[in-house]
Amino acid sequence: MSDSTTTKLPKDTAAEKGMVNIQVDGHWIQVPRGTRMIEACKLAEKEVPHYCYHPKLSSPGNCRMCLVQMGMPPRPNPGEEPSYDENGFQKISWMPRPVIACANTVAENMGIRTKGDLVEKCREGVMEFLLINHPLDCPICDQAGECGLQEFSVQHGKGSSRFKEDKVKKPKNVKIGPRIRLDDERCIMCSRCIRFMDEVAQEPVLGFSERGTHTTVGVYPGRELDNNYGLNTVDLCPVGALTSNDFRFQMRTWFLKETPSIDTNCGTGANIIIWTRGNKIFRVTPRQNDDVNSCWMPDSHRLSYTCPSHDNRLSAPLIKADGVHEETCWSNSIAAAGEAIKQFEGNEIAIIASGKQTNEELFMMRTLAAELSTDLISIIPHTQESDKMLISEDRNPNTTGAGLILGLDDPTEKLAAIKDGICNGSIKAVIAASEDLLDAGFSADDIDGLELLISIFNTTNATAQASDIVFPGASSAEKRGSMINVTGRLQKLNAACIPPADARDDWEIISDIILAITGETPEQAPLSIDQLSEIISNNIPQLEGKNLANISELGEVIIDTNVTIPLLDRETQRIAQGEIVG
Amino acid sequence: MDPAILFLILTTAVKIVVFTFIFTLPIIAYSTYAERRVSSIIQDRVGPNRVGIPLTLFGAKKDIPFAGLLQPLADGLKAFLKEDLVPAHVRKFFFWIAPALTAAPAFLCICIIPFGSSITVFDQPVKLVIADIDAGPLFVFAIASLSVYGITFAGWASNNKYSFLGGVRSCAQMISYEISLGLSLIPVLMVFGQLNLSDIVHSQAENGWTLLPLWNEHGSVFDAAYWQNCTEQWLLMIPLTISFIIFTTSIFAETNRMPFDLPECETELVGGYHTEYSSMKFALFFLGEYAAMIVGSAIIVTLFFGGWSLGFGLDTAISNMALGGLLHILIFLTKVIAFVIFFIWVRWTVPRFRYDQLMKLGWVVFFELALVNIFITAGIIMLLN
Amino acid sequence: MAIIKIKRPQLTIAEKLYLPAVIKGLSITLGHAIRAVLGKTPGAKRNFNSSGMGITMQYPETKWDDQLPDYYRGVPALVTDEKGRERCVSCQLCEFICPPKAIAIIPTEIESDDPWAKVEKRPQVFDIDMTRCIYCGMCEEVCPEQAIYLRQDYAMTGLSRAEMVNDKERLYEIGGVREGLVNKWNEIK
Repeated sequence: MSDSTTTKLPKDTAAEKGMVNIQVDGHWIQVPRGTRMIEACKLAEKEVPHYCYHPKLSSPGNCRMCLVQMGMPPRPNPGEEPSYDENGFQKISWMPRPVIACANTVAENMGIRTKGDLVEKCREGVMEFLLINHPLDCPICDQAGECGLQEFSVQHGKGSSRFKEDKVKKPKNVKIGPRIRLDDERCIMCSRCIRFMDEVAQEPVLGFSERGTHTTVGVYPGRELDNNYGLNTVDLCPVGALTSNDFRFQMRTWFLKETPSIDTNCGTGANIIIWTRGNKIFRVTPRQNDDVNSCWMPDSHRLSYTCPSHDNRLSAPLIKADGVHEETCWSNSIAAAGEAIKQFEGNEIAIIASGKQTNEELFMMRTLAAELSTDLISIIPHTQESDKMLISEDRNPNTTGAGLILGLDDPTEKLAAIKDGICNGSIKAVIAASEDLLDAGFSADDIDGLELLISIFNTTNATAQASDIVFPGASSAEKRGSMINVTGRLQKLNAACIPPADARDDWEIISDIILAITGETPEQAPLSIDQLSEIISNNIPQLEGKNLANISELGEVIIDTNVTIPLLDRETQRIAQGEIVG
Repeated sequence: MDPAILFLILTTAVKIVVFTFIFTLPIIAYSTYAERRVSSIIQDRVGPNRVGIPLTLFGAKKDIPFAGLLQPLADGLKAFLKEDLVPAHVRKFFFWIAPALTAAPAFLCICIIPFGSSITVFDQPVKLVIADIDAGPLFVFAIASLSVYGITFAGWASNNKYSFLGGVRSCAQMISYEISLGLSLIPVLMVFGQLNLSDIVHSQAENGWTLLPLWNEHGSVFDAAYWQNCTEQWLLMIPLTISFIIFTTSIFAETNRMPFDLPECETELVGGYHTEYSSMKFALFFLGEYAAMIVGSAIIVTLFFGGWSLGFGLDTAISNMALGGLLHILIFLTKVIAFVIFFIWVRWTVPRFRYDQLMKLGWVVFFELALVNIFITAGIIMLLN
Repeated sequence: MAIIKIKRPQLTIAEKLYLPAVIKGLSITLGHAIRAVLGKTPGAKRNFNSSGMGITMQYPETKWDDQLPDYYRGVPALVTDEKGRERCVSCQLCEFICPPKAIAIIPTEIESDDPWAKVEKRPQVFDIDMTRCIYCGMCEEVCPEQAIYLRQDYAMTGLSRAEMVNDKERLYEIGGVREGLVNKWNEIK
């Protein structure tokens, strides 16, 4: 190049930005220095098949599936100047043997081939080896349909096996923990589960034993995989070696509909996918959100979903007559509730909202309080010790949102006054939503002493038993809405199912009660959750312009709370140390 | 009251009841059965052969199938019991009146058809025709054309584009073929010199059928005298055969039968004008179609095949018999039924015409041919006289 | 090259007249009618076991059970293998492929004391709604375990919708045993 002295070479311009130039399948791109080759290929939109590699785990490079061909500029002879072509790149000389893309980092002027004879031959060979001892029990395997082995053997496999000998027998259907079953024959030794338990869950109970063709994954003798994050290994497992007892043989994955939503069991608000068929929830899995839950979620939260078909669900409005609850219709029960509430003065009524309610429902509760001209509105705190991983100290998913919507610094501050009022009889009527008052420190005597108790629940409980009117509400998997987690992130719930029988969305119930009290025509009430969300964004300054339609699936931070999630802190640390890609 | 008038009223009433309800309606019912059986044997099938007396309903081991002869009864019962659906979007008045308007003209035409010669009741001769008027064919044209109103109303009132197209097609088709229908008959009337259908049949009984001039007043084909006096008859056969073809084809078109059933052409128009009809209203259209077919057959038989006459000079002998008139009725009905079967046979043989072909045939071929045919007939008559 | 021009055939006068064609057609249909009335419809006796008047078989007096071809697709049913094991492992592929969604399966785990515990999975409920089934045979084609077959039964009747749903027990009753097929659940695999 004649003018190489006057104009900057691509390597220099890239270096200024901390980038390097690499060629992927003939196209030159710039990627950050230190990127793994597999991530660089992902940036170039070229998929490299892999099993053992996971960005949140260390890279041992033991599955050999991600082999690609690599090339570098030839080393110049002593005294020779490197030569550049008209685009300023050096000629690449390709290495005769492939390298693994997951554990190697890119370098300036590197070439990567994700296609071609060599790479394809390698993949065919690796696939054939992986399948040698793999039992062909896809028809009974729960992983079928989302199995890495199935997908890559179709895309990159040979289609036939030359292995004539008997397959190695290994333990099948092993109970390695209270929630997990292991099938060693299906295992392809990617060691993802072992690394997860070691590095993320920090309870290294899994490991390889034996050696060579008999290598077996197992739990440490005398231990079992009972960690509260154990089910994440089932998600990680690229094949069907680890299966969840809860989902085992329940439904084939291809029947399931995925609904992105958030977990409502604690203040973290882990991002989840709800897998449903018809109106039944079959499983809940974590959804990657690097600012909330990384790729994981605790087992306790994963297994605590409520199906619309569950026995303890409320399915019709109930009115208590002579001490017995009787099913009635919506128009009757709403009218009865309106009439009953109108008997009381504003300061005789208390409203118990809940940190489990969405912003939309809380806003309707606030409107109700305003209509009744009472300022006795509070949520009930639920705090337990944090597990220093993902589970937050605050077990209400929306305490931050409740504070914001109700306009209180501490949304629980009125609780003491309400308790006193009920005790001394100055509060005669209570409207409670989603909170079992007996669990929350109210005594049974206090509740029996009330003249009117109206409640909205999705499942039966003691408070519902004691209520004069019970409205059946929707569970968290059945409603759209928004919540704000402990870090101040506004996130969105989506409805995966429809509520059972006559049950309805909570905001609609509260809206109807308000209408029954004020006597306003229904046209003045919000007609849909989206309209309600629009009204909220116009009323709450922090939520301006944030309605359900434009909250992204990953949410966005709207309040600075200075709370951090311990697991994410550790992850950031490991990324900084270069242990994982992140 | 004048006994003669009373006698006339009574006999006419009896004739109306007998000819309509005892002869025509059963023939209509059984021509639907014949349609299905004939079509099935033509297509190597069996057809309805099961509906008989359902003895198994009363505990017996087997039903009596009667070769399915009770099928029309079952069909009628079904039509009565079905839900009579009137769609919300129709024009109610016209929707209701249309089936009646289709069926009524066909039945009205029965009144001028001579079913037999005459019988003697209380020493008075009674002609076996309901109305012995001197304008038979003209009456038929006048009344039969009215059925187009029924179909057009049905199509329009249904408020359905398929029905509407069916109605429009039917209207255009009937008007087109009415012309050739009328023109084709003029040669026949020229030959007979009159319009009274009874007298036309009488003259055919004596002088040979229009299309089968095998006898005349001089004797039949076995007599030498016949051969010396038959030139005119045989010469007139040429235009009369043309008349017959045009007339028969036009009757097919008039009755909306295959190959001219474009108004209800199911491949294009769903069900045509009766798409929206159900139950008895639909059955009335059906009834009207078959009644028109039978009246058409009766007129063709009357004009071209000697009506009730047996021919060969035997009719005078039959007339002299005690109940000879009834025998004539049997002869007439046999001929009509044979012609109805011909209708059915044609339906299951000839495929449907395209609409433009239908119009071209009516206006370009039949209209001109019928006109020319009149002049040919006139020429022949002029030459021979 | 790709366009081939075809000339419209020139019609002769007889063809233009149309009447000869009509008469020819009438004679053909008349021929069929006469043969049918005489009970001599071609092929009636030999192929269709009919009376001779037309080729229609008079069901239910005569049935063609003996003449059913091997490939006849009748009622779908489940089969057991020669050792009495239910072949179905409830992979639900038939449920997935079934165009009219006639199949409903609820899978379950085989208890550990069962002789076939190593198969691990079997259907708890296997319903085929015969009011929906269209006898397409896709379930048979898609089955990886050769457990579902379309049998030769065709007279599937019932007086209510519930009766038309074949449950697992009934499906095995219709299906019976099928031997000599691929067996991948033996000890060696």
